[in-house]
Amino acid sequence: MPGIDALTLARIQFAFTVSFHILFPAFTIGLASWLAVLEWRWLKTGDRVYAEVYRMWVKIFAVTFGMGVVSGVVLSFQFGTNWSGFADQGGNVLGPLLGYEVLTAFFLEASFLGVMLFGWNRVSPKMHFASTVIVAAGTLISAFWILSANSWMQTPQGFRVGADGLLYPTDWLAVIFNPSFPYRFVHMITSAYLTTAFVVAGIGAYYLWRRRHVQHARVMFGMAMIMAVFVAPVQLVLGDLHGLNTLEHQPAKVAAMEGLWNTQKGAPLVLFGWPDQQEEATRYSLEIPKLSSLILTHELDGEVKGLKEWPKEERPPVAWVFWSFRIMVGIGMLMIATGLLALVLHLRKRLFDTTWFQYWCMALTPAGFVAVLAGWFVTEIGRQPYVVYGLLKTADAASPVSASPIAISLLAFVVVYGFVFGAGSYYILKLIAKGPGSLEPTYGDHGIASPPIVTKIGERGPQHV
Amino acid sequence: MFSFEHIVDLPLIWYALIIVAVLLYILLDGFDLGVGILFPFAPSDASRDRMMNSIAPFWDGNETWLVLGGGGLFAAFPLAYAILMPALYIPVILMLLGLIFRGVAFEFRFKASDRTRTVWDYAFHYGSLTAAFMQGVIIGAVVQGVLVEGRRFVGGAFDWLNAYSVMTGVALVFGYALLGSTWLVMKTDDVTQAWARKCAAYALGYVGLFLAIVSISMPAMNPDIRELWWSIPNIFYLLPIPTASLLLILLTWNDLHRAREVRPFICSIGLFFTAYLGLGISMWPYAVPFEVTFRQAAAAPASQSLLLVGTVILLPLVLGYTAYCYYLFRGKASHESAY
Repeated sequence: MPGIDALTLARIQFAFTVSFHILFPAFTIGLASWLAVLEWRWLKTGDRVYAEVYRMWVKIFAVTFGMGVVSGVVLSFQFGTNWSGFADQGGNVLGPLLGYEVLTAFFLEASFLGVMLFGWNRVSPKMHFASTVIVAAGTLISAFWILSANSWMQTPQGFRVGADGLLYPTDWLAVIFNPSFPYRFVHMITSAYLTTAFVVAGIGAYYLWRRRHVQHARVMFGMAMIMAVFVAPVQLVLGDLHGLNTLEHQPAKVAAMEGLWNTQKGAPLVLFGWPDQQEEATRYSLEIPKLSSLILTHELDGEVKGLKEWPKEERPPVAWVFWSFRIMVGIGMLMIATGLLALVLHLRKRLFDTTWFQYWCMALTPAGFVAVLAGWFVTEIGRQPYVVYGLLKTADAASPVSASPIAISLLAFVVVYGFVFGAGSYYILKLIAKGPGSLEPTYGDHGIASPPIVTKIGERGPQHV
Repeated sequence: MFSFEHIVDLPLIWYALIIVAVLLYILLDGFDLGVGILFPFAPSDASRDRMMNSIAPFWDGNETWLVLGGGGLFAAFPLAYAILMPALYIPVILMLLGLIFRGVAFEFRFKASDRTRTVWDYAFHYGSLTAAFMQGVIIGAVVQGVLVEGRRFVGGAFDWLNAYSVMTGVALVFGYALLGSTWLVMKTDDVTQAWARKCAAYALGYVGLFLAIVSISMPAMNPDIRELWWSIPNIFYLLPIPTASLLLILLTWNDLHRAREVRPFICSIGLFFTAYLGLGISMWPYAVPFEVTFRQAAAAPASQSLLLVGTVILLPLVLGYTAYCYYLFRGKASHESAY
């Protein structure tokens, strides 16, 4: 491919495969935990609606998880195929973390997913529930290790540089619990939960709107709104803490997020604008005076460093970071607004039958995915030009592979992912269109007591009669 | 900072562990890739459903051994990982693409309409075929050696491709077909089992042929390997390996033409084991043949020590619950969708 060098192609390829991959864990981490809660509710109350919702979503989980597995296997090899310089130099530190991810999480998830999907008639309900919990725990453990590894690349510590230029670990606890890890970990898990909640809310809203599967839809929509009410605001706080941590360790990234070029006291918050890397200015900016200083330093006249503090070649691509950050925060605000609206509607006893709110929630179905991607764009592009911050430049991490195989494989990845994951999305939509099936045995077979016309007193009927 | 380098031989332990992980991958994913290779030749759609159900609960766990092999190589021998992956760029990517197609086919196939199911049947077949073939090509390329200067691969993008690596690719396809068909003999009955028996006998013939070719060509191509196998007294120590292979081939052949259901699969595993052992002995002590030994490629003792602690504790656990899953889904597979 003329004009594009091997390094850029390798970066595009990795950005493509890793961005595609993160969509699946972002969904399955939340979904696995939610399935565990559903099954627990079912075992506890015996209400088959929970089981039916579980059975519907476990199918969606299986499809998504399968896609997550295959797109994840790709990544475990790309560290070597695309970034062998990184693998060689950082292997001593990062290798064991990835090894632990496989040993503590991947095997656990893979094995018990089999029980979860195919074990209904082979294990007791309690053992089945245990399998769901184990899979859910597996997704969290996996996130723990991979986010530890990623955070170490952002805020490396607990190592020394050897005479041969390789990195050698000196303190494992310092490596694993590096400064940005706790923040990134909880921020990501919370965003995964919110992503799932908004997908479930969107589907629940769709059923409520179409007046189908109303009992099930109330479970989905209600539980999702609990997440929106309580977790979305928590995420704002977690994100703020994460940002302050970034300010401490990667101030250039924060300057790019804020679109600030000059170091100043009482820095304004740039709401919107167009950061121009050449001109070293943010054009057409709409600013709120002193707010940036207030947010970042908690003082009206606090000093905030601008991008000009760093030489040009040490600055990340500002516009990408700036805009991704705004998209992420904007969606976060919409999520918080959803929670507030849900609260108001709930107090007015109109949560489940307000049509405009159902449209609202349907529109926000993919919101979490967009926010997750935008957030990762902020943190990964904001780390440039480094792959291990301050230590190893992305340009020095590349593999000795020429441009054409990378270009061809990039094309292959785009085509294959487009086809395969397009089909996956289609099958998920089909499962949604089909909706939850009934586990209730129908009258007439196996000597069931009550004919369908009889309902028990106190049983919750359909919402719209 | 703890390290066991003065207590145990860390690089040697890790060399052994990676070798075992790769062997387990080849055996475990081998049979489910093999089922995929045989897929379009099955007697009926009901048979295909059955074949799929026989491996559906296991494939994900099986493939995790590949991630452990890759991740373990990165963790324990980062230099080998950093040299081999760029050298094998194209076959590795093709293998991964193959694994994507076959991996998603498990779920998609059961959700597809009758018309589009064919698409996923072929995705499953060609994905399995590609992955198996590329793994064989990778083995064939690696045993011929890799060009290294300093700490980097310095060869070309197509160094891996030649008649020999294509031959080993085809060989592994037949090898996996043997594992897959003997697995089906064990996990099915009736028409599907009778068909699987025929497939197994057919695959076994080719496996024997390719084993013979590799056994003769490896010493012929490389004087060190020739010296290793054909010198006295080595030949007496090593002779049991080819002898065992030959006996296992005869035993499998014999079993396939009798009512035996389990033993052909066990024998095929044994056959893979002896072939792998022979190959491993020829490659000793290299991590990147014939340039970097496993000691040169080893990660820092502290890194190998940390992961060793986890492996000693967790690997038995992993093997334990893997065994539990195989026990749970024991017996003949059904042709009905399970969930």
